[in-house]
Amino acid sequence: MADLALDPRMELNPPLVRGGMTYTDVTAKISSIVEGKPPKQWYIAMAFAVPLALLLFACLGYLVATGIGVWGNNSPVGWGWDITNFVWWIGIGHAGTLISAILFLFRQKWRTSINRAAEAMTLFAVACAAIYPLFHTGRPWRAAYWLFPLPNELLHMWQNFRSPLMWDVFAVSTYGTVSALFWFVGLIPDLATLRDRATTPLRKTIYGLLSLGWRGSATQWRHYELAYLLLAGLSTPLVLSVHSIVSFDFATSLLPGWHTTIFPPYFVAGAVFSGFAMVVTLMTLARWIYGLENLITMKHLENMCKVMLATGMIVGFAYGTEFFIAWYSANQYERFIFLNRAFGPYWWAYWSMIACNVIAPQFFWFRKFRTSIPAMFILSIFINIGMWFERFVIIATSLHRDFLPSSWGYFKPTWVDIGTYAGTFGLFLTLFLLFLRYLPAIAISEVKGVLHQQVSAGHAAHGGSH
Amino acid sequence: MNELIQLNLSSLTGRKYWRSLNQLADTPEFRQWVEREFPEGASELLDSGSRRTLLKLMAAGFGLAGLTACRRPVEKILPLSKGVEGYVHGRPLHYATAVEACGVATGLVVECNDGRPTKVEGNPRHPYSLGATNAFQQAMILDLYDPDRARQVQKQGVKSSWADFEAWWLEQNTKLGDGSGLRILSPRSTSPTLDALKAEIAKKYPQSVWVEYEPVSFDRVLEGARLAFGQPLQPHYRFDQADVIVALDCDFLGLDTLSAQPVRQFASRRRPEEGRELNRLYAVEANFTVTGAMADHRLRARASDIAAFALALARELNVTGAELNIVNQPAARERKFLAAVAKDLLAHRGRSLVVAGPRQPAEVHALVAVINQALGNTGQTVSYTRPPYQPSDSLAAVQKLAEDLAAGRVSTLFVLGGNPVFTLPATADWAPLFRKTTAVVLAADENETWKAAAWQLPEAHPFESWGDVRALDGTASIRQPQIQPLYGGRSALEIAALIAGRTERRGHDLVRSFWAAQWGAGAETKWKKALYEGVIEGTALPPVDAKADAPRVFAAVQAALKPAPPGVEAVFYPSWHAFDGRFANNAWLHETPDPMTKLVWDNAALLSPATARRLGVKDGDVLEITSGGRQARCPALVLPGHADDSISLQLGFGRSACGRVGRSVGHRVEGLRAASNFWFGPAEVRNTGATYRLVTTQEHHTLVEPITGLKRHNIVEEFTLGEYRHRAEHGKHEPHPATDLFPEFDYSKGYQWAMAIDLSACIGCNACMVACTAENNIPVVGKDQVSKGREMHWIRLDRYFSGEEDDPQAVMQPMACVQCEKAPCESVCPVAATAHSPEGINEMAYNRCVGTRYCLNNCPYKVRRFNFLNWNKDVPEIRKMVFNPDVTVRMRGVMEKCNYCVQRIEEKRSQAKAEGRRPIRDGEIVTACQQACPADAIVFGNINDPESRVSKLKRQARDYSVLEELNTRPRTSYLARVRNPNPELV
Amino acid sequence: MLEAVLSKLGLPGYEPEAARQKFYGVIADFDTPEDLLRAIRTARAAGYTRMEAFSPFPIHGADEALGAPRSPLGRIVIVFALLGLAAAVLLQWWTGAVDYKLIIAGKPLFALEPSVPIMFELAVLLSAFAAVLGMFHLNRIPTYYHPFFNYSRHPGASNDRFLLAIEAQDPKFQPEEAVRFLESCGSRHTEVVEA
Repeated sequence: MADLALDPRMELNPPLVRGGMTYTDVTAKISSIVEGKPPKQWYIAMAFAVPLALLLFACLGYLVATGIGVWGNNSPVGWGWDITNFVWWIGIGHAGTLISAILFLFRQKWRTSINRAAEAMTLFAVACAAIYPLFHTGRPWRAAYWLFPLPNELLHMWQNFRSPLMWDVFAVSTYGTVSALFWFVGLIPDLATLRDRATTPLRKTIYGLLSLGWRGSATQWRHYELAYLLLAGLSTPLVLSVHSIVSFDFATSLLPGWHTTIFPPYFVAGAVFSGFAMVVTLMTLARWIYGLENLITMKHLENMCKVMLATGMIVGFAYGTEFFIAWYSANQYERFIFLNRAFGPYWWAYWSMIACNVIAPQFFWFRKFRTSIPAMFILSIFINIGMWFERFVIIATSLHRDFLPSSWGYFKPTWVDIGTYAGTFGLFLTLFLLFLRYLPAIAISEVKGVLHQQVSAGHAAHGGSH
Repeated sequence: MNELIQLNLSSLTGRKYWRSLNQLADTPEFRQWVEREFPEGASELLDSGSRRTLLKLMAAGFGLAGLTACRRPVEKILPLSKGVEGYVHGRPLHYATAVEACGVATGLVVECNDGRPTKVEGNPRHPYSLGATNAFQQAMILDLYDPDRARQVQKQGVKSSWADFEAWWLEQNTKLGDGSGLRILSPRSTSPTLDALKAEIAKKYPQSVWVEYEPVSFDRVLEGARLAFGQPLQPHYRFDQADVIVALDCDFLGLDTLSAQPVRQFASRRRPEEGRELNRLYAVEANFTVTGAMADHRLRARASDIAAFALALARELNVTGAELNIVNQPAARERKFLAAVAKDLLAHRGRSLVVAGPRQPAEVHALVAVINQALGNTGQTVSYTRPPYQPSDSLAAVQKLAEDLAAGRVSTLFVLGGNPVFTLPATADWAPLFRKTTAVVLAADENETWKAAAWQLPEAHPFESWGDVRALDGTASIRQPQIQPLYGGRSALEIAALIAGRTERRGHDLVRSFWAAQWGAGAETKWKKALYEGVIEGTALPPVDAKADAPRVFAAVQAALKPAPPGVEAVFYPSWHAFDGRFANNAWLHETPDPMTKLVWDNAALLSPATARRLGVKDGDVLEITSGGRQARCPALVLPGHADDSISLQLGFGRSACGRVGRSVGHRVEGLRAASNFWFGPAEVRNTGATYRLVTTQEHHTLVEPITGLKRHNIVEEFTLGEYRHRAEHGKHEPHPATDLFPEFDYSKGYQWAMAIDLSACIGCNACMVACTAENNIPVVGKDQVSKGREMHWIRLDRYFSGEEDDPQAVMQPMACVQCEKAPCESVCPVAATAHSPEGINEMAYNRCVGTRYCLNNCPYKVRRFNFLNWNKDVPEIRKMVFNPDVTVRMRGVMEKCNYCVQRIEEKRSQAKAEGRRPIRDGEIVTACQQACPADAIVFGNINDPESRVSKLKRQARDYSVLEELNTRPRTSYLARVRNPNPELV
Repeated sequence: MLEAVLSKLGLPGYEPEAARQKFYGVIADFDTPEDLLRAIRTARAAGYTRMEAFSPFPIHGADEALGAPRSPLGRIVIVFALLGLAAAVLLQWWTGAVDYKLIIAGKPLFALEPSVPIMFELAVLLSAFAAVLGMFHLNRIPTYYHPFFNYSRHPGASNDRFLLAIEAQDPKFQPEEAVRFLESCGSRHTEVVEA
């Protein structure tokens, strides 16, 4: 603690908690979101989100009843929007754990006021992602059961553990579970706070049960902090592994445009890229809805813009490398598939991707854009779109023209494709808004921890602590 | 249905079963229900061509079909190989039979499961089948179970009965007197029994006229012979004896021949390993046919310029008498071609052959006869016999019929099959003419002719009725039914017997008594033998020693041959889908793409890229074609390699009165067809500006990539004969040794199944596709789904063009699952639903598949097919009767693909086991595609046996694997296409 | 009635009369972490051994000051990580190479290379559960009753107060004396808390 207190950065950098807030202020401010009546904006957002979520269920119902023929998938394009959206959502889901785990390990204190929301975002994004592998078979009841190594009565068969899809099942479910644990462990002390502030018996009971009788004793804090540290340590390789394994779905195939060793790092960078973009989008919204300017400060947002700039550059570099390797490999099919991406029937998808992922983030070189809420809001949305196109380009354009020209084809989405995708947004937003409404969106105890360091750092500045 | 079938079989006789179902059928509720199933005009609700149509199509006829499903023929019929005594439930029986179309008969063997015919196969004993079939014969089985067939005797659309009809006829024929008011219109028939009946009718009604008409006929061939030899003769070509073949507008490998024989003979000379010199084929044609695709040299020429070309060729060959003024001078390219061809022909006197297509006028056929004679081919590569039927000038006859009808000279008109109102030349408006008289129409479905009839009689399917036919060489066969008429139909033979006033009117009695009369003593054994073998020995016609009268021919040619007018011509061809309209309601054929255009569920006006540019037309633009003062609309489709200024139109589409599959599918072009331009004639073409969606299973992608312009290798390999010889000397090039991460799997034990496909022999005739569809219960998905790329064929024919767009070469490549030893599909399936059998077959566990489609994505050959929707949803009982009981019907969400007909492998395995655990002999197992292939291009067998045919083929120098460098180790390898170009033309 | 049942079960707070502690201890209330730490150090100096501190966020140095041992959680997690690894290998080897052999793409029935991803994932999954459940166990949560909650100002511990308890088990424990001592340390509010 002392080292942190005397850490010169702490005073050079703008404070992470502004407006001279006290511990009580922090408690009050964050708890009030949960305890008070939600603002008008919240209801507006819900009115937008819930119908979309219902659309999702309608589309899925239609799909299950009819078969995936209601989507645009065909031969040769066996995977269309379904897996595109799966990879996209999983990518979104990366920022949360990254912020909570990796930044935690690197002692990046600025994470504290955003990590809770980011983790929630991760969970909801993973939930949205999981819908696709489950439903893209058209018969989810089969997929759900047979994709896990459970003894089954029909054939007494087991899974094929050589299949990257099998790895996916393990990676994604593990990731979802661990993120949930991580998130809940983080919540316990804050739930205790809400319990202690609760006025109605109902709230007291619910928060009481959820907080597991947390007392905040030194003993508890001791085990708690170690557990949290261990979870962070576990999540860090996990978060890197998930998108690496998702990328194996493509990298281990023999399809030109998929069969590349660059995919794991490229996908992880892309995931972080899109994840942070989504965090920025949501944080700027949450800030607007709940006026959290003092907790989600410009410093937080600017840091995230820097991360987007960095990962965006990595992704752009990967695009270039792909082309170079395709040329360098002197493999006819490789060369064709990449030229076909840029100049074939799907050229528009490719160039939208470049515009959104490579060009858009360049604005973050300038402080003006890094510190302008509207600018980063718009750019983050561009990046989300661009990352969607990246997945679409990788999947659809590689599939639609592979080895035998006789079986070349084209993919067109149907209204069900579009409805399902729009619907996942509805689900995601609904869950996120409910989270904002009923759970502390900012880690109260952690913020207090940071505040305490600021205070003591303040003391240190005025002639050291006693 | 199924347990009812079993019930029937388990019971000793069908009687009990019958009674029970009769009761069912007789309940009024059931009757009502059947009515409800297909209300009048319900079909109007359905959009044609869509998959829904298809699912709905057989909603009709549930009940009756069910009733008749298991009816056994009442008469005794004998199986080809296994005796009825030894009938084992679940084991199929095979019966020999024969069918005819356009006067061309082919012997078949029909497989029956539990009393229902399910699969058509060729009869090896029949000279025109040789065990193979064409796509149409394969698809006939579906027509048998088509619920849109005519099912009810009607009088002006009012329900009636055979009894009523016979009663009507008995009092009607008394009014006929000498029969001057009696006309009988029938398709071309080769039936000796029917001939006998014709004679009787002619005796009974001296003034009656019997007209035989076929929209696709070979009359002009016989007319040409009459011109050349003074008598109509049927030419018989020996393509296996010819070293040089010149085909003048003659698609003798495709639709201009209706039997497998020419293909088999031709293909036998395309295999360089077999010692005999490779033959060389020159094709001169307007449309780009499969024959043109097989040709070593191809000259694009309008159909109307063929005559001039033939004449020029005759002169080039210095045929005596050919010194007459050549109408329009051939172009330079053409002259070069002519010279080379002539030289080649002269170098192969007696071992060459010139053939002309049935579209060409009699003069051209006469000319060809003279040329062949001059080349000394007569008796060597071509011989002549009397035709198997009474030739007649159909066009003149139907013209006369039209006049008689118009003049009201006809009181009774019998139409014994076919669909004349749709197919007759457009010189007259036939439907009203038919209505002017009492038209008694025997029709297979409720077609245009049926609608115009006074008496409407359902015709029995060839597999439902007795009959007899004569092949082109006269070889006679008995047509024995496989099942009792599903809808109580009767055959033309039976109606003819009625007209002739015979007392015996059952087809069986008619045919049997006729042949008994022929045979005299020992008829019983001969009859059994005939049924058993499917051919009647010693019925082939003797060759006629014919001498062509060259001067007369040239005189005739001189007189007939007018300079072909410049400008666009319209040419009529039968179609690969509906042929001449008789298969218009056959979903299997509609879904099987045209070999050259890959078009499905439509016909189109084919034209060359140059002509398209000139007319400013692109694919799908609806053209208005005017010919002989008549007009028709048809969407355009640009076909590389098509002759300029020529428009190819396919017959048999745009049926107005038809079952729900075929109704208003495509565009009717028969309306342009008159006697004058029956096959081709000058035409004007106008782009209407309207567009129409044409769906092809394959875009016009060549092996050349669009963006890079590079040619893709390792997919189709082609050599010239020279290149092949060089390769043969230096031995087969071995694949680069690939280093693997893991040790090789041991496939050295037991049977290891594999396949070799010979691209030199394959003509791309689609027979394998339809055979596979029939054998493996492959669903039909309809135009819309095909347009989404969801067709389900396990084997497809990839067609690749090479060379420049205007005059390319084409090559066909049958592509089914190649059964990779290192199958990319297997390693990616999360649930191990696709895995390898120890015998090297990549198998699908349908009930394990969850449908991730990862295997499809990872298959470099894209041969996996996914059930995107439940294609078999609400398939009615009758349609289910065509299903092969040995093959699972797949549900939605399941991946499927070729498995080397594993059911056939297992059948033979159990048979071998039953016969004392002997090993399975090479060639014993025949896959459906291999069996149907007329070119014998597909060979299946065990590669662990070095002596097996497939092993030998795989050792040949031109054996290669598609996409070898991926190291997937396909079990199906290909034999490279070898071309035999004329050095003077390359 | 309920009381009787609960006491039979011997649940915390409901122990039979004999076994029951009269007091939980004395709890004092400080303004800042620094005050709390100072109080702990003084109390230790004064010879108190059984103490517990309560705070809204972890105070670095508190446990050292209280003389708490190192948490054993790390060792628990390692064990489970290895278990997960082993389970993954066994699963993939047994299902593929023993129980149901299938020829897949001509590949070996079991190989380590394709097994790595699932080995990793299972290891992580089990250790994550170990970390969380282990923590629950060590912290004895969920426990919905604790005498600490009898302290009138206990909610402060989850807001902005920093509490120190001298527990009754402390051999040196004398309620009055403890109260006096803690007030001398600058406690804002000191209370004897019923058990």
